[in-house]
Amino acid sequence: MNRFEVLRTGRAASNEQVATLKAVSHRDAPPNPSAAALSEKFGSAIQRREVIWGETIVYVDPASVYEIIRWLHDDPSQQYDFLSDVTAVEYRDAEVPIEVVWHLRSLPYRRFLRIKVQLPKGQPLEVASVYDIYRAADWLERECYDMFGIRFRGHPDLRRILMWEQYKEGFPLRKDFPLRGRFSRSEQLRQSLAQNPEARYSMEELSIADAYAELPEDMRKRLSQGERTGE
Amino acid sequence: MAKRTVEVELSTTGLDAHGRPQRVPILTDDGGGGLALQAPPALEPELEGEHMLINIGPQHPATHGVLRLVLELDGETVVRCIPHIGYLHCGFEKIGEYRQYNQIIPWTDREDYLNSIGNNVAFALGAERLFGIEITERCKVLRVIASELSRIMSHLVWLGTFCIDIGAFTPFLWAFQRREEIYRLLEKWVGARLTTSATRVGGMAADIPSGWMDGLRQFVRTFPHTLEEIDRVLTKNAIWVGRTVGLGVMTPEEAINWGLSGPMLRASGVDYDVRKDFPYLDYETYDFEVPVGTNGDVYDRYLVRFEELRQSTRILAQAADRLPDGPVNIDDPRIILPPKSKATSEMESMIHHFKVVMEGPRPPIGESYFAVESPKGEKGYYMVSDGTAKPVRWRIRPPSFVNLAAIPKMVEGHLLSDVIAINASIDIVMGEIDR
Repeated sequence: MNRFEVLRTGRAASNEQVATLKAVSHRDAPPNPSAAALSEKFGSAIQRREVIWGETIVYVDPASVYEIIRWLHDDPSQQYDFLSDVTAVEYRDAEVPIEVVWHLRSLPYRRFLRIKVQLPKGQPLEVASVYDIYRAADWLERECYDMFGIRFRGHPDLRRILMWEQYKEGFPLRKDFPLRGRFSRSEQLRQSLAQNPEARYSMEELSIADAYAELPEDMRKRLSQGERTGE
Repeated sequence: MAKRTVEVELSTTGLDAHGRPQRVPILTDDGGGGLALQAPPALEPELEGEHMLINIGPQHPATHGVLRLVLELDGETVVRCIPHIGYLHCGFEKIGEYRQYNQIIPWTDREDYLNSIGNNVAFALGAERLFGIEITERCKVLRVIASELSRIMSHLVWLGTFCIDIGAFTPFLWAFQRREEIYRLLEKWVGARLTTSATRVGGMAADIPSGWMDGLRQFVRTFPHTLEEIDRVLTKNAIWVGRTVGLGVMTPEEAINWGLSGPMLRASGVDYDVRKDFPYLDYETYDFEVPVGTNGDVYDRYLVRFEELRQSTRILAQAADRLPDGPVNIDDPRIILPPKSKATSEMESMIHHFKVVMEGPRPPIGESYFAVESPKGEKGYYMVSDGTAKPVRWRIRPPSFVNLAAIPKMVEGHLLSDVIAINASIDIVMGEIDR
């Protein structure tokens, strides 16, 4: 093939079976066949399933979500190889548990599945990370932690991503977080003025930290107090 | 003194034995008033253990916004890359929980601001799934036109800035000239260039004005010439090839596992396009092809996006031909406003207008995730409704956020100057990443 010409074209010819969904019913659309397969395979770990607007939702037990997603990814009859999204939902009703939502796609079978886990309030919000199944989960889980405070067990680098690391006001997308932020404007200003910009450049997180240890004692002291290196 | 010209043979494939860009001979003064070719300098000897830390951004033109990359370098080779984002975080998703569905549409302009009308369409489609609305045929075709125009716009900005990052200036001017024409078309249609807010739940804010289609047809007719010109100066250019081939390679398995989507995924050879695999807006009835690369490098991403420009033009031509007559908005007084002239002259229409605006349309309890093929990749809007006029949760699945997460994987082991090319090839928009 000539290197300068793209391109084989995609499967334009083989798309007869898919078409734009028409007149999707609110609750009565047929479920994704994977939902029944899940119930058969995992039994009581599958709590219930729902079909809303043609999208199948499977509520699963928080303890076994990792095995379930692992099976969906690996099993040749399912092949959910693409993680679209990881997010969470908190309802306005304080009684309703927080839900963590995974949107999975199977590219070979053209299926879409939503896996949900309910985390009751008043307990630590914690669920297994799917980082070692999908690398896409890396930033998505970090964002979910940043916004909701849900800890993903097994994530290698779970820290804030959109908010800065010293952010102290809590988790912005929680319903008890006011739209304008928890702190007053003056407190926010005071905090940002008191910030140590050097701390965000976190030299220690890089392997150059070796070089940091070799610096003269007084220079390290001044750097740790927030002095800029002047580059 | 007679002028001498030196012809430099640039017929290389651009790659050396290690798959790195080939070094081009340097022209130097030979001391006697002429010019001589000098062999490229040998690579520096190994400098063991001496790592340098450099910081690119957040204020750097080549990071396409406020992206900050902390790079650890061994000589000129990137050993580690740590991206930092969030400088543009505005809390769109939080604000959306305090807004009615139609009031969220202006916020969708501002996230991926190169694709604003495409985001409007995507959000309206997601909200309509949640409301259970079937839009009219005319509206569908108008939305296809809007999406494809905005895909062309976004790709042209990408092409122009990518050229500048690598050092080609002219294609940038050609690309932005054509983009300006699309902006003029949009301005005639919705009254705004960048922040379009063109859609409403159940329809569009405005139908196209008379004579607008002629402008679109003229654009569709003349745009391929521009593409040919850009193609001629870039695609087989030895410098261009040398700076892009073999960089940031993602294999198909890696690309799927890292969640890449859009041209990034297709350049790696995975033929996943939401318009084909999970079609919406009757995309399955349009005749277009999905370009797919083979190597998954920066050059293939360029080829894929370039071909997408041609395919989008094809879709536009078909949409312009099939645009049916009829209403744009659905016929549902609970959702659609009465005409403004009636609202200011009749009591009933004024009350109707007031109720829809103040109370807002209410979807049934439920949730929907609607994904479209945005120029950057799979863009999804996930909305959860508890039956009130404001969503409980409005989530944007940002394609460039997920694509950018793979940048450490792509740049590590490459040269510092290649970081700029790889970063440009991802086609990031920080407004969408930080939201």
